[in-house]
Amino acid sequence: MSSTPQRSPMARIEQRSIVDMISHGKRIDGRSLTDYRDLKIEVGIIEKANGSAQVFLGKTKVMVGVKVETGDPFPDTPNEGILTVNAELVPLASPSFEAGPPDENSIELARVVDRGVRESKAIDLEQLCVEPSKKVFVVFVDIYVLDHDGNLIDASAIASLAALLNARMSNYEIKDGEVIFRPGYRPLPIKNRPITVTLAKIGNSLVVDPCLEEEQVMSARLTAAIDESGRVCAMQKGGVEGLTIEELKAAVQIISKKANVIREKISEAAR
Amino acid sequence: MGLHVEKRQLVAPGEIVAEGGYFAGENVYRENDKIFASRLGLLEVVGNRVHVVPIKGCYIPYIGDPVIGRIDDVGMSGWSVDINAPYPALLPASETFGHRQPFPKADLTKMFDVGDLVLAKVIAFDRTRDPLITVKGPELGKATSGRIVKISPTKIPRLIGRKGSMISTLKKQTGCQIMVGQNGIVLVSGKSPEGERVAVSAIYMIEREAHTRGLTDRIQEMIRKELGGEEFVSGKAP
Amino acid sequence: MFQEKRPERLIDLNGSRLDGRKLDQLRQIKLEVGVLDKANGSAYVEQGKNRILVAVYGPREAHPKHIALPDRAVVRCRYHMAPFSTEERKSPAPSRREMELSKVIREALEPAILSENYPRTTIDIFIEVLQSDGGSRCAAINGASLALADAGIPMKSLVSACAVGKIEGQIALDLSDLEDKYGEADMPIALMTSFNKITLVQMDGSLTLEEFAKAVDMAVDSCNQIHEMQKTALKGEYLMIKEEVEEKEGSEGAGE
Repeated sequence: MSSTPQRSPMARIEQRSIVDMISHGKRIDGRSLTDYRDLKIEVGIIEKANGSAQVFLGKTKVMVGVKVETGDPFPDTPNEGILTVNAELVPLASPSFEAGPPDENSIELARVVDRGVRESKAIDLEQLCVEPSKKVFVVFVDIYVLDHDGNLIDASAIASLAALLNARMSNYEIKDGEVIFRPGYRPLPIKNRPITVTLAKIGNSLVVDPCLEEEQVMSARLTAAIDESGRVCAMQKGGVEGLTIEELKAAVQIISKKANVIREKISEAAR
Repeated sequence: MGLHVEKRQLVAPGEIVAEGGYFAGENVYRENDKIFASRLGLLEVVGNRVHVVPIKGCYIPYIGDPVIGRIDDVGMSGWSVDINAPYPALLPASETFGHRQPFPKADLTKMFDVGDLVLAKVIAFDRTRDPLITVKGPELGKATSGRIVKISPTKIPRLIGRKGSMISTLKKQTGCQIMVGQNGIVLVSGKSPEGERVAVSAIYMIEREAHTRGLTDRIQEMIRKELGGEEFVSGKAP
Repeated sequence: MFQEKRPERLIDLNGSRLDGRKLDQLRQIKLEVGVLDKANGSAYVEQGKNRILVAVYGPREAHPKHIALPDRAVVRCRYHMAPFSTEERKSPAPSRREMELSKVIREALEPAILSENYPRTTIDIFIEVLQSDGGSRCAAINGASLALADAGIPMKSLVSACAVGKIEGQIALDLSDLEDKYGEADMPIALMTSFNKITLVQMDGSLTLEEFAKAVDMAVDSCNQIHEMQKTALKGEYLMIKEEVEEKEGSEGAGE
């Protein structure tokens, strides 16, 4: 069951100064309305995982691990491998996270990142089939939020794509429906690189990459994933207020432009 | 025998700092004949008393402390206030000016509502109950403007300085009003956004370098570089 | 992803282990303090292939209120492993092992915490194992001590931990994952170093009384070594700031 969240613990004068500054085109950390915070991406830090990445977006820190294992295919897609995305908002990361099973925020986070990867067909799941209807490879993407300073969606999506690009699976051949591993590694069959960009509506302005204080003040949030050919392949609106139709269209325009910048950075890091 | 560590040395929890004829002050403890540090910080010795000035730590209320807090909830006869401590503070309606009993809740909300920032003073606190605060007093009450800076409460003494020297330097050189809460919350209010910005930078710099020497000079230097001139008043060219 | 084969030998003819160490050698340890922004205190530990992040929140208001104690802080500890931390992906739901480790780690740290200073509050210790490689509970305790000190929580002593085991009949320090799997005994120990008091000891395997005594001595010795590393890590950042500042003053010719 989903309920209205608790009010954010911020003094009214702080909230007002954030909204005021934004209405004058400036943000509390000096950024312009469409700037991302400093972005740092590290890959391959977890050797036991097939792929991994750690993203520092401002003070937000997210780690993603990719594991590839074998399993049964879904009955309605017997020729396809399986992609499954999971997110943990561990209590380590924020005074507002509690230990326990995933809550609506961590599930939404996982599903939004999943949508971007899945709908853009970033992974060629058919190439991950071992024996139709019997055995396929399962790609687990595990998002681990380590430090919450806002915009977990973009940080998680960036880390997920970087980890997928970084991932290596053992070379293998299929003999009598069994997987026999061979020496050497190969990358995952990645065919597309979707980029997720999130905007927050504050007052009458749209700002890119909201930090935590901005998220506590925003009235609505829009996330969209853009694939390599510039197509919108996933979208999610959040927050308790509405967006005008013009705002929605304007937001997607902004997102489209920012996506290319971010894609460059990920490709650099995952090389 | 004697001091095991020099004055103003950094000590870690569990490190032995003194032995023999010394008394244990704050953030150290005594076991038999030895005195150990219990927190990471600088060792200070006053006569034969040793104590540690901690680098970091949470705010524990003391009676008489000026604090800056945020109204969290409006209750039947007062407000619950977040003062950045492990205990929520209670501001009873009786501790405000101009109120008649009984206190209708609508009146309370008109006075202070959830999200308002208040400048207050701690009037009671002990181990068995949550702290009590008051806004009866000069310069206390609702804050209506300014930027909020949150630093480690252990750095507040350094921000104020000996006999208020550091904080007056800051106020004069940036032309800002600066209200300092012992609970680590600081309210900066200036006529110019530049002055405010530099004051905020200075406060963070003091927090980071509190344990070093010559800080006052470096702060003055930094502000001079940013704003120019001995006293920065908005309107005067640097 | 490959099938793991049991290694032929754990100790070679020169007395070197699989990773080249001698029997009484610790793996390389890296300790970093203050790595997270939101937590009150934090630390990051690398030991062998272990990658462990620890955060401390507190003392803070107890939620729910009824768990609070009237005369001291409640210490809570959660040891949790990331799904990608092990060879085979681990479900994020807490396992029985994680629950047991949460308890023994809390009991290893609690004696050192001066919890009477903060009645009716909680002090929360969150341990996340990002990659595990044998001896993770000891590495976690080492990190947690640092995170507690970083948060400014008053402690009687730091707590330092290390495991000793037996491989191919010989007592060996700080077993790796493989050595633990194919060895004959593993015994993690935690020490409140300022008082030489043992706050954690567990053991599985088979040791003679003599071997046990030798192992304890070896572990305690290493705990003291690790203690020095912890102190260095804690003071490191502040000494660095001090040096930075003194260098700047020196180069500008300004006096003290």
